[in-house]
Amino acid sequence: MNAVDWWVLLGTMLGIAAYGTWRTRHTDTLNTYLKGNHATKWGTIGLSVMATQASTITYLSLPGQAYESGIAFIQNYFGLPLALIVVCAVFLPIYRKLGVYTAYEYLGQRFDAKTRLLGASLFLLQRGIQSGITIYAPAIILSTVLGWPLELTIVFTGLLVIVYTVTGGSAAVNLTQKWQMAVIFGGMMTAFVVVLIHLPPDATHIAGALGKLQAVDFTPDFERRYTFWSGLLGGFFLSLSYFGTDQSQVQRYIGGAALREGRLGLMFNAVFKIPMQFSIVMLGAMLYVFYLFQPGTPVFFNQTEWQRHRAGPQAAAFQAIEEKYAAAHADQQVKIKAWVAARNGADAAAEAATRREMTAAQATAVAIRQEAKAQLKAVDPRAKTKDSDYVFITFILTQLPHGVIGLLIAVMFASALSSKAGELNALGTTSTIDVWRHFRPLAAHDEARNVRNAKWFTAAWGFFAIGFALMVSAAENLIEFLNIVASIFYPALLGVFMVAFFIKKVGGSAVFWGAVATQAAVLAIYLVGRFNPAYEIGYLWLNPIGCVMCVLFSLGLQTVWPARKEPVAG
Amino acid sequence: MNDEPEESPGVPGFRTWRGVYVFVVGVFLLSVALLALFARFLR
Repeated sequence: MNAVDWWVLLGTMLGIAAYGTWRTRHTDTLNTYLKGNHATKWGTIGLSVMATQASTITYLSLPGQAYESGIAFIQNYFGLPLALIVVCAVFLPIYRKLGVYTAYEYLGQRFDAKTRLLGASLFLLQRGIQSGITIYAPAIILSTVLGWPLELTIVFTGLLVIVYTVTGGSAAVNLTQKWQMAVIFGGMMTAFVVVLIHLPPDATHIAGALGKLQAVDFTPDFERRYTFWSGLLGGFFLSLSYFGTDQSQVQRYIGGAALREGRLGLMFNAVFKIPMQFSIVMLGAMLYVFYLFQPGTPVFFNQTEWQRHRAGPQAAAFQAIEEKYAAAHADQQVKIKAWVAARNGADAAAEAATRREMTAAQATAVAIRQEAKAQLKAVDPRAKTKDSDYVFITFILTQLPHGVIGLLIAVMFASALSSKAGELNALGTTSTIDVWRHFRPLAAHDEARNVRNAKWFTAAWGFFAIGFALMVSAAENLIEFLNIVASIFYPALLGVFMVAFFIKKVGGSAVFWGAVATQAAVLAIYLVGRFNPAYEIGYLWLNPIGCVMCVLFSLGLQTVWPARKEPVAG
Repeated sequence: MNDEPEESPGVPGFRTWRGVYVFVVGVFLLSVALLALFARFLR
């Protein structure tokens, strides 16, 4: 980054902050702080729903995921359009009709206070853990730009987001995200153009031959993470949970002007989500080809971490790995060019032989990258060896034109803050409405006190997120880690809502204990697979399994327990 | 489950929400088919 980038960056950040503050200067009631402005239009809701889901983590992490594993991750979104139709047709009218603040208030009305508390607690636990993961996004940007250790940038961005959220509220989140998304889209398009300009003519065929473009896999294999089936069924239940029961999403259409706006906002996402995610994963796959032909491609993309250890006593070992990788990288280029020539020469035998050589050269390069990660772990067992989240940010900083770099870094950072704000806002709201008010029912009508408490809870969750991020070292790519955590905690919650909507005869106690048993079972299935790979199933499958399990447990418990009148709570 | 009268989506070309949902399913099926063809073509 040069001086132009720094001026653009600072100007953009200050502009966003000033605009958000000016537009939300009258946000002082609980209703507006927690539900957002009722004048919100469907376009804003649609963009806002997309922005919280497709936030900086998506832009930062998804190209890296495709760089490393290809575009198969796109199948994760196959269930989303169908889930959004169900949310529009069933979930949304119920929430709107009841006029609730949070999704879990409905559980209190339908079942009892303990089920409402369970629903809210599952959400808080899951979202709390996720907020400890999402904080990595702005921290990674800062760490890469400034060269600071990640731990320091986690604390810095965490404190910044707490201030941003507590002083803003959800209206500010909606307002600023719209503009940030527009600039990020512009930046992504610029990145795509820059990549395309530098790509060789057969780039898509090279990516395809190296296994990066397998978008759809119809193999009925439970162990594979991403197949058409796991994406359709697992992704359907995952999206249904996310959009239908997660307060960070539900609060957005509860806040819309009318049912129509909320529905259109969701349908907007149902249509554009897969094409949008496809363009992002394609960018990642093209980045892979770009770096195959780029001199000086790093063996490890988190250069802050790499250089820190490279300067230590093991410098010779690090240098040897770099040299080995540079040689393998050059060899890969030779093998790819030979394959392209054979392919264009329409010689099937030569094409097959050069393809084998090209694939072998790719395997060698991958093995050296693994060696580099092992070396990092050997010198520092706490070193973060997952570098795919650094691929796109490295590209931005080294390849885009000056000025655009500053603008893109600013909006990506601001978008990450906004996304975190939406998340913390939902955590603060649910903690206040569903937990604190439950224990202090007399304070429910004191609006000022409610707002004050919501802000305190928001700040507390912010500190929890910082603490979690500092303690836990992510073994997965950020976007996968988020989906895994969601797939562990969502199924029981979705099961409770399914029983609430569709099975009238089941009461609060049956569904409560059914959900508790389901949560324990889902956690056990995940942990068994984690520690014994022979029993591992793709994490997306946890969603339908857990949801069906919760419904069946609840029905079973309702049948065996004697019928009794369930208490009604609000 | 919803007692409110069904309001129009207010989107040109769509008179009912059912029409919007059918359109979304159509776009989804088309997307998957195109992705499958894309993967098959570029192996």
